[in-house]
Amino acid sequence: MSDVTRLTAAELAEKIHTRELTAEQVTQAHLDRIGAVDDFVHTFLHVDTEGALAAARAVDAELDEGRAPRSPLAGVPLALKDVLTTDGVPTTCGSRILEGWVPPYDATVTRRLREAGVVILGKTNMDEFAMGSSTENSAFGPTHNPWDHARVPGGSGGGSSASLAAFEAPLAIGTDTGGSIRQPGAVTGTVGVKPTYGGVSRYGLVAFSSSLDQAGPCARTVLDAALLHEVIGGHDPMDSTSIDAPLPPIVEAARRGASADLSGVRVGVVSEFAGEGYQAGVQRSFEAAVDVLRSLGAEVVEVSCPHFVYALPAYYLINPSECSSNLARFDAMRYGLRVGESGDSSAEDVMRATREAGFGAEVKRRIMLGTFALSSGYYDAYYGQAQKVRTLVTRDFDAAFDKADVLVSPTTPTTAFKIGERVDDPMAMYRADLCTVPANLAGNAAISVPSGLSDEDGLPVGLQVMAPALADDRLYRVGAAYEVARDRASGGSLVYRVPELRESGA
Amino acid sequence: MPSISRDEVAHLARLARLAVTEEELDTFAGQLDVILRSVASVGEVAAEEIPPTSHAVPLTNVFRDDVVRPGLTREQALAGAPAAEDGRFRVPRILGEEQ
Repeated sequence: MSDVTRLTAAELAEKIHTRELTAEQVTQAHLDRIGAVDDFVHTFLHVDTEGALAAARAVDAELDEGRAPRSPLAGVPLALKDVLTTDGVPTTCGSRILEGWVPPYDATVTRRLREAGVVILGKTNMDEFAMGSSTENSAFGPTHNPWDHARVPGGSGGGSSASLAAFEAPLAIGTDTGGSIRQPGAVTGTVGVKPTYGGVSRYGLVAFSSSLDQAGPCARTVLDAALLHEVIGGHDPMDSTSIDAPLPPIVEAARRGASADLSGVRVGVVSEFAGEGYQAGVQRSFEAAVDVLRSLGAEVVEVSCPHFVYALPAYYLINPSECSSNLARFDAMRYGLRVGESGDSSAEDVMRATREAGFGAEVKRRIMLGTFALSSGYYDAYYGQAQKVRTLVTRDFDAAFDKADVLVSPTTPTTAFKIGERVDDPMAMYRADLCTVPANLAGNAAISVPSGLSDEDGLPVGLQVMAPALADDRLYRVGAAYEVARDRASGGSLVYRVPELRESGA
Repeated sequence: MPSISRDEVAHLARLARLAVTEEELDTFAGQLDVILRSVASVGEVAAEEIPPTSHAVPLTNVFRDDVVRPGLTREQALAGAPAAEDGRFRVPRILGEEQ
């Protein structure tokens, strides 16, 4: 049974749907794996054992009655980032201020997963309110990278990415505001997709930076991510920014990509994403990946996006500004923590004391940064100017997509850094998002696919592929083609080279 | 670009309803100064004529049909409250002595 956790979601679904395995067996195997290794990696904040087994049994009962599977992923387990609400199951966003909060409703993503028969194993660790690139900002302790226990699994969705690399779950959900799906995917050797903004509903996604936040699929293969994307994606009337149009044919694109033929596809290499600050091994892995794309028939061109160098500064103004506004809702009145209440304390005293006690350092930094950027006298020079840069970044993408069908870059400039290394240096932490933020600012789609191990430290590197808005299918075609070629050349999927993890009681 | 002082950070904390400690003020003042100096490069871009983008998807108002649909019950809405009384949120006093 231990091998069950090594299978892909597509393989598990096939075995469950043909009744070779039951959904309950598959769920139990993953719960056992979580029980064995989660003390070591700490990817889950909450494991919903009973809920998961009940969901699995419901899928089994339907299949045993001879009914068709509810979705291509019915019965397959999944790890859900703790920023999406779950009716009756705690949702903390990695914050003390929401510790113990049990939402009274499901996010649309949660609801679609349940309706598709996907088994939610539990809620994964994350940087507090998704602010961070290492998962060290969780109030409940860091997650460890399965590749190297002393290193971060990326962030903010480090719990989701690490759960995949630790074989605790074959699928996970992340959210990507500035790279929080893609960068954790890159540094754990897994696949992560930021869909086009509006492609996956934000209803029930606890808001951090509303114009940038986007939920998306995390998996160990491109096809698995595609299958999950089709389950969670599509129009939702509960989210007014949801795109009212059908999803592009994502799974079909992933299957087509698996034929490893990229003839006629124009791939643009973004010239700004290289040089100073990029680890040499990451750079070499990226160059090798571009050679592979060329060998598959793609036409590789160099494109310049001159304003991308301003994307990170603009992002770290827009994002804190929206954060300072969104997190005003944590006022100690309607939900969450309340401290400092005594006979004569005012609502404002209680609010100040609660937010001080309930928020961690990074959240406070961003709230104050946003408060500054939005204050009169500074608004034009900071927030206003950042919004104009946002326009210029979008125009750079438009021009680049005239010359290329997709753009490529390293996902993040370095491999996984050591836990503790950047916690007191916010700008060093922010630079992990250098290559990922442009797609959030412009709202287009992007994926990170494993591109091998860096030759100097043996840690995973990610290839980022970016596509125009609404053309998410291109990510899957190119990503799947590259994955097939890379796996073939190196004798299998990268993720199986994760070292054995220390098990509890072993 | 102006640097940010410890007093200005204390002011921001007050505006943001954060009862930060003296020690935090020292730390945050230095860190916010470094961050603001780094992000101030957005000002290098000549963007007089450039329209701002607030949102990746240009959307105008989205309406739904004006029909009643179920929402949270009172019990559900109050279930997560730090304090509730008589079916309402119980909050600390909201007016000062002088009011």
